[in-house]
Amino acid sequence: MCKARETGRHRQEARETYDVAVLGSGPAGLMAAIEASRRNCRVLLIDENFKLGGQLFKQIHKFFGSSDHFAGTRGFRIGEMLAAELKNLRVETSLNTTVIGIFDAQSETKRLAIATYERSEEVLAKKVVVATGAIENVVPFPGWTIPGVMGVGAAQTLMNIFRVPPGKRSLIVGAGNVGLIVAYQMLQAGIDVAAIVEAMPRIGGYGVHAAKILRMGVPILLSHTIRKAIGTEHVEKAVITEVNKNFKQIRRKEKTIDVDIICFAVGLTPNTELTRLAGCEHAYAHELGGWIPLHDNTMETTVDGIYVAGDLAGIEEASVAIDGGKLAGVSAAEALGFTTAEEAEKVRKGIWKRLNELRSGPFGEPRRKANTRKVAEYRRKRENAQ
Amino acid sequence: MRNRNHARTQTDEVSLIGIPTEKEMHIILNILKNKRGPMAVIECFQQIPCNVCETSCQFGAIRIGRPMTNLPDFDQAKCRGCGVCVSKCPGLAIFVIDMNYSPGEAAVSLPYEFLPLPRIGEKVQALNRYGKPICFGKILKVASSENFDKTHVITISVPKKHAMNARSIRIPKNMRKEIGS
Repeated sequence: MCKARETGRHRQEARETYDVAVLGSGPAGLMAAIEASRRNCRVLLIDENFKLGGQLFKQIHKFFGSSDHFAGTRGFRIGEMLAAELKNLRVETSLNTTVIGIFDAQSETKRLAIATYERSEEVLAKKVVVATGAIENVVPFPGWTIPGVMGVGAAQTLMNIFRVPPGKRSLIVGAGNVGLIVAYQMLQAGIDVAAIVEAMPRIGGYGVHAAKILRMGVPILLSHTIRKAIGTEHVEKAVITEVNKNFKQIRRKEKTIDVDIICFAVGLTPNTELTRLAGCEHAYAHELGGWIPLHDNTMETTVDGIYVAGDLAGIEEASVAIDGGKLAGVSAAEALGFTTAEEAEKVRKGIWKRLNELRSGPFGEPRRKANTRKVAEYRRKRENAQ
Repeated sequence: MRNRNHARTQTDEVSLIGIPTEKEMHIILNILKNKRGPMAVIECFQQIPCNVCETSCQFGAIRIGRPMTNLPDFDQAKCRGCGVCVSKCPGLAIFVIDMNYSPGEAAVSLPYEFLPLPRIGEKVQALNRYGKPICFGKILKVASSENFDKTHVITISVPKKHAMNARSIRIPKNMRKEIGS
């Protein structure tokens, strides 16, 4: 309290009003900042980490997607490209900064409370793009608090950002794309992957990602799950077991394996803290990872001037996050009069064409349908409100 | 000759685990029936949004078209077996196979993203799709270029009967012990 008064209040006169504040500098946030800044908006990009790029710099694999749109490029290289562009555009950035509140969200100028290690203060922005990404899901089991049990995202940060192997031999829980990709990256880092267990009778990720690790000798155990972790100071063993089709553990099919890390890859949940603070309406879509802020085709939420993009708007791939960020950036610039409605509409049309293509096929179709459903729900809500 | 059945539609039996099913294997084997020199074998059976292979091939042998979730349509007549697509495919799902490398052996080129790299002439274990050692292979070529961006293309020679199963390598450590077990 005291500290906030000292640093926050007396700086009040020096407060600046930005055209667009972008919260989160992953692929979606970077793209939103770039698109808005290109159209001469005064942009402030805020991120709680020490480096721009969000999860992009952990992605050392080549991305799928359209080849005229970064595909075939390793994730961290995309991060480098976007960060360089941001620098050219002279976007103001504030790293190591946490947004702890959004006030006056309904009014024309929104107040953001931000905190760094040294101080907390207020920033004013006419439009806000929230691109706070997602949080890893976990499954609780006996022993899950023993050091060495972590999300695959944490293991990936240790390996690919800090270059510290999190362990010598790992068990991965969940065979979706994230689990399969990180298993492969562990092999690349010289970590032995004992197995991947998946409760479903089939893998959730792409077959090609699974094939990459299978041919390196890593078993993928379908209809299997983790029962408990054993260890005192750190994980020493994991007990895995087969499950029946109702996901009940079959005790007599238990197996104990020697591992020193157990990593979850059981999905992600949109990080909606800030959109909830801002009073945006949310809706549930299991295909998109749970509760998401309702938004329309311009990525604007039910609160005027607050936009969303990236995994927060629905758990999808980086290529979708990049496009979502573009939509939000262009739309915010348009709403402020920095670009014409025609130009913005033309850009959005192009993006939507590609987004629909990215969301076609057996993997993308459910997400496309869920998205369409949620946009329709948004429209209904808006009409009722008027 | 075009391999039409490989194109446009996803096979009914999508593999549960990422290993080509028998039906999918049949498609691969069909490609290799009429043989000249090295030729790409595309083990991509799911409609995922990706078309990197199409633009990587300067001979126009791979077509995806629109939407980009189409499966690759591979034109054998145009393939020169250059191996560029092997390094470009983000799914590491393309291999180049030369069934006429020598009277008894085939040459298999595969993507490899591990260190250390094998040395030319080195004897390695060839692994099947489940990572099980199936035979020995000799390293014929290690292709790396800036353009490949660290996806090296390793070419090994293996007995002909293993050409359709050798999909990875292991650089030996106690190699003798494991083979045949």
